Amino acid sequence: MKELTQEEKMLGLKEPNALGQEVSRAVISVLGEDRVGIIAAISQVLAEQKANIAQINQNILEGLFAMIMIVEMNKVADDFDQFKQAVESKGPELGVKVTVQSENVFRYMHRI
Amino acid sequence: MALEFKEILETIKMVQMQNLDIRTVTMGISLRDCAHPDINIVCQKIEKKILHYAHNLKETVEAVEKEIGIPIVNKRISVTPISIVADSVEAEDYTPIAQTLDKLAHQVGVDFLGGFSALVQKGFTKGDLRLINSLPQALASTKRVCASVNVASTKAGINMDAVKLMSQVIKETAQLTKDSDGIGCAKLVVFCNVPEDNPFMAGAFHGVTEPEVVINVGVSGPGVVRAVLEKHKNANITEIAELIKQTAFKITRMGEMAGQMVSQRLGIPFGIVDLSLAPTPAPGDSIANILEEIGLERCGTHGTTACLAMLNDAVKKGGSMAASNVGGLSGAFIPVSEDAGMIAAAELGALTLDKLEAMTCVCSVGLDMIAIPGDTPMETIGGIIADEMAIGMINNKTTAVRLIPAPGKKIGDQVEFGGLLGHAPIMSVHPFSSAKFINRGGKIPAPIHALRN
Repeated sequence: MKELTQEEKMLGLKEPNALGQEVSRAVISVLGEDRVGIIAAISQVLAEQKANIAQINQNILEGLFAMIMIVEMNKVADDFDQFKQAVESKGPELGVKVTVQSENVFRYMHRI
Repeated sequence: MALEFKEILETIKMVQMQNLDIRTVTMGISLRDCAHPDINIVCQKIEKKILHYAHNLKETVEAVEKEIGIPIVNKRISVTPISIVADSVEAEDYTPIAQTLDKLAHQVGVDFLGGFSALVQKGFTKGDLRLINSLPQALASTKRVCASVNVASTKAGINMDAVKLMSQVIKETAQLTKDSDGIGCAKLVVFCNVPEDNPFMAGAFHGVTEPEVVINVGVSGPGVVRAVLEKHKNANITEIAELIKQTAFKITRMGEMAGQMVSQRLGIPFGIVDLSLAPTPAPGDSIANILEEIGLERCGTHGTTACLAMLNDAVKKGGSMAASNVGGLSGAFIPVSEDAGMIAAAELGALTLDKLEAMTCVCSVGLDMIAIPGDTPMETIGGIIADEMAIGMINNKTTAVRLIPAPGKKIGDQVEFGGLLGHAPIMSVHPFSSAKFINRGGKIPAPIHALRN
């Protein structure tokens, strides 16, 4: 990659960082109707993806099954997109909504 | 500190149930180096410049969107006002430049490209006049190009010749796009005190004091604010203001984060977050519904201006803490056709043009996306613009007018623009003439600001 010239630096340009900050932890949320085997199914795909579960929390809120997992991503292949697709595709099979998001989203919103 | 279950759930609910999204990531690109007497060469230079910076804007924003799991609804580009870029062009008609911009917007995958603009508050250059005269054709022959003309400012006063000219342009543009209810006018804004770093359409352009290239972000989230208020039925107004502030902080924080990420990945400096509360036609994603939640039977009734003033200020207070740099229009938007609650209030007759004018004194922007009868005289449109410009000029704020005189439509009819632009009932204007005033021409001198009252 070529060095930025002095002029480019003064324009505020930086070396593009295609990946940006690496996602080190992801939050996986599962919302929907309670049924047998949701945690098992999600855990299985996480194991396949070599993501380590750091925290798990599950509750029934306003009649809704809500599970939130925080997973360590450092052993996950560097492709966040592929990981997200693999995990989220479990949703329709289980009849629930599965969402994978960078943990930074929640830190940014709730911590100063 | 570890995140709590309920915090995570709150964020997820905002996205999945309350329409939280980031409205736009807008790349501002300077085209000041694209001047040339030959219009074809200008178009070539513009093409090269925009493709250089924006060729991977769409995919970069989409990657960020996936990672944060919050929709980033629009990718947009703003450019230097074309009247400046084209001032030395020999051709009279600037439509080919608009068509080039339209083609480029399509090519790089942005939904709108703003900056077919001129700043004429103190008078016209030849290029300004040519641009304004090209507007009807330019807007009728393009889909994604947005135009704006600043005709007034607190420092310069109101250019009444420009007000008249813009009224004619609005009428002509409506006529040229009559097959689609005058949609050309939905892409044209007349401003007072226009901000130069606004990421929102249709008024975005890349001001002359802006850097070479920059990333700006506009946030949204009326649905989130309403949901919070719904949970606090018995809060007093002080408490409500506090709740709105806290919510605005959270919403704006997402815009700040997305902007930083896009900026870092593209290697392009991050400009500002526009602290906005921008509605969409989706149910619940409405500014009017927030005001109604506070305790008005319908938006537009007595008390609306006071509620809106509080809402607008609380949004700015919460948002400014969440963002490193703030700019653009920053405040609650009240575009009628883009807000289901406003549409309903207008249909019931609760919300009138006069009340909307009062509301614009205390919130962001102005008379926005309002459909009026197709046979409204040019001079009446001029009078509406002049009033709105006067509010901005005297109160040292941005105001704007985006009116659609829908051809062939009258009171009781509807216009339908589709998508984010929504639909709207035709609203009535005063039947008494403003013709003599508008046809006088000249300028309203700049106001004195030492003796404020």
